[in-house]
Amino acid sequence: MLFYIFKRILMTIPVMVIVALFVFLMLRLSPGDPAAVIAGDYATAEDVQRIREQLGLSEPIVVQFTRWLGQLAQGDLGTSIFSNKPVSQLIAQRIEPTMFLALTTIIFSVLVAVPLGTIAAYRAGSWIDRVVMLFSVGGFSVPVFVLGYVLIYVLSLKLRWLPVQGYKSPFTEGIGPFFAHITLPTLTLSVIFIALIARMTRASVIEVLEEDYVRTARAKGQSELKVLMRHALRNAAVPIITVIGIGIALLIGGVVVTESVYNIPGLGRLVLDAVLARDYPIIQGLILFFSFIYIVLNLLIDLSYSLLDPRIRY
Amino acid sequence: MTPILDIENLSVSLPKGADRPFAIQDITFSVNAGEIVCVVGESGSGKSVTSFTVMGLHDKRALTPVAGEIRLEGKNILGASAAEIRRLRGEKMAMIFQEPMTALNPVAPVGQQIGEMLEIHTNFGAAKRKAKVLQAMRDVHLPDPEKMYHSFPHQLSGGQRQRIVIAMSLVLEPVLLIADEPTTALDVTTQAQILALIKELQTRRGMGVLFITHDFGVVADIADRVVVMQNGQIVEQGPVAQVLGNPTHPYTKMLINAVPSMTPPSRAPVAGPVALSAANLNKQYGSLGLLGGGRVVNAANDVNFQVRRGETLGIVGESGSGKSTVARCVMRLIDPTSGEVLIGDTNIATIAESQLRQHRRDIQIVFQDPYRSLNPRRTVGQSITEGPVNFGVSPAEALERARRLMSIVGLAPEALDRFPHQFSGGQRQRICIARALAMEPMVLIADEAVSALDVSVQAQVLDLLEDVKEKFDLAMLFITHDLRVAAQICDRIMVMQKGIVVESGPTAQVFANPQHPYTRALLSAAPGHSTFDSKGGASAGQAAPL
Repeated sequence: MLFYIFKRILMTIPVMVIVALFVFLMLRLSPGDPAAVIAGDYATAEDVQRIREQLGLSEPIVVQFTRWLGQLAQGDLGTSIFSNKPVSQLIAQRIEPTMFLALTTIIFSVLVAVPLGTIAAYRAGSWIDRVVMLFSVGGFSVPVFVLGYVLIYVLSLKLRWLPVQGYKSPFTEGIGPFFAHITLPTLTLSVIFIALIARMTRASVIEVLEEDYVRTARAKGQSELKVLMRHALRNAAVPIITVIGIGIALLIGGVVVTESVYNIPGLGRLVLDAVLARDYPIIQGLILFFSFIYIVLNLLIDLSYSLLDPRIRY
Repeated sequence: MTPILDIENLSVSLPKGADRPFAIQDITFSVNAGEIVCVVGESGSGKSVTSFTVMGLHDKRALTPVAGEIRLEGKNILGASAAEIRRLRGEKMAMIFQEPMTALNPVAPVGQQIGEMLEIHTNFGAAKRKAKVLQAMRDVHLPDPEKMYHSFPHQLSGGQRQRIVIAMSLVLEPVLLIADEPTTALDVTTQAQILALIKELQTRRGMGVLFITHDFGVVADIADRVVVMQNGQIVEQGPVAQVLGNPTHPYTKMLINAVPSMTPPSRAPVAGPVALSAANLNKQYGSLGLLGGGRVVNAANDVNFQVRRGETLGIVGESGSGKSTVARCVMRLIDPTSGEVLIGDTNIATIAESQLRQHRRDIQIVFQDPYRSLNPRRTVGQSITEGPVNFGVSPAEALERARRLMSIVGLAPEALDRFPHQFSGGQRQRICIARALAMEPMVLIADEAVSALDVSVQAQVLDLLEDVKEKFDLAMLFITHDLRVAAQICDRIMVMQKGIVVESGPTAQVFANPQHPYTRALLSAAPGHSTFDSKGGASAGQAAPL
């Protein structure tokens, strides 16, 4: 098992290099002189030349790539063109709100969706099931920004229960303000994941409830709750975990919109600002950073399978 | 003395639109302490509904008990609350199931699954629970219980898993054990061991056993009393000697008559040309790997045989014997590791996939499970004509051929437009045979082709196979775990164990004078051997023909 984990970690290295290559080429393959593109429409020739020097664009492409890889290996993601700060530092500054938003969203989604899906499966065909499925279809259909503004309108402006926007760090500004500010974004972002996870949980549990061992558990005189918890859910876990993993990956896309709606200074906002400002080093750095998180997530999901199901061995 | 289980005038209704109003209708029988009562019948007889209704495990959306009583130790449990029924399950009545492969939770260690029974019904501490579990595992003769306690179901064999299920159901010493076809999915030698175990535990504890089976061989071996069910009703019941020795109801007689005899009819040697032969056929699975850490399994080890046209060669063995591996190698569904497979005079073991295609039509197969071997979304006609059309027969001609074959296999040609789910298991197997014949093969492989069928249907399909073999001058390779079936249809048989052919010869000779200890073990483990065969098939012989 340890050997397998080690092997899997080694296997992520080539994936990372390929991702880096794509990110690298993305900039080089964009039409025209990348330096001119970066510099924008009103740049002077000196500006373009300065950027070209800064990016090392005058050298052969292979040299550029290897040097860039070398920098990456040392954790150097480059320097922002406009703020002139290291990209890694910019990411580090912005990571906290995004991380907390992702965390609260996933925890909230799983806590709501798994029981909902399980109940829907257990009472498949009943009104509870239909309500859950209806919600699920709705949750997929409503765009994040629409939902965000509706929630702000109802909960903040009308009912005045929650602050409209902004972010308070739990470390410097206390737990209370933190939760007050993160609740609305979490709700907004959670809806689609609750829909997704509840649906998968329902399908998976329905399938497992047909299994012979569930009948065996009932034949033992086990209570229905424990039949569900101990026998059904555990066996239904692999697809549920998979979809939660996919959910976290998708979350990053949702974060960009949600952070804009609620004016949260996180990575999503950093992405948006960098794109609008054409700050290529930041975009590059963020893509690499998100890819890295995807890869780590995938690895964790794969490894979790063998914990959940003893028949899966590597 | 109050019976342990007393079922009186029980009726269970089916939902509207079913083929009959009641799953079981007005049945009355009882199980006494220290007694094994076998409920026997074919699929659809209501025998399983009976057992599940007793446990309260019937599908409550579809099945509703509408009349009668089920008394457990004198107390009617039909109207008991859900909590009360849950308490009784495990404590007073327990159940073991047909499929040991799926009856256990795959993600929990087996010891824990036995312990769950104690967790639910007792307030024993962890140490006491574990001690009890280990004792229960010893009682069912599992090797090394301390170690096996932590095993997961997939690490155990079918027989071991069934022992775990038995240990689990008996750990609280219930007064009633319900066994629903508990040995049907097991190999014949394992079956004999499990039957002996159930008998042993039943005698030692004096519990009542309600034993559901379709197999009269098993009935003969284990039952004290027999209840025969047909279409939801009891047609006959009584002590085992009486029912088997002197059956009164025509259905009982028919069932007993349909049990194939272990005495093969005499068959003249077949002299036709050799259609299929295998020489030094080997199939290895796995490899040693770079570090030598792998494991190699010889699924087929130096297998040699010949089948002539008009001849049936039986390959007999238990699971893991390699009989299906041989069939798949012969079909080139998998590639043999080495050796030759000659069809006519072409060696298909090694030729390229592109050349192989021409030979595929010469060798056709009928699989075990007629419910899964036909595409549910295509009509029977589409399934039968697909093969010939692929090989250049015009659709009109293929359809004509399909119509002809449908009559040959005993089905209406008009049924070609229907879908598989509109047919019974036996009919589907006939369709599978027609599909195979539509390719006009030289060799027909029947891979456990009658194992999933009820005994009366089984006899008809065996007759059909014999019939088409004659009619089309086929060489037939008949793969089975069932010695009774092999005795009836095979000209010669080949006994396999762990990938090796341990014995082969004319069927009559192998049955009359088995040379290898494994063959002898198989023969003596066949259920009902002592009742149906050593008394000269007396019971079957006496029964009036229908």
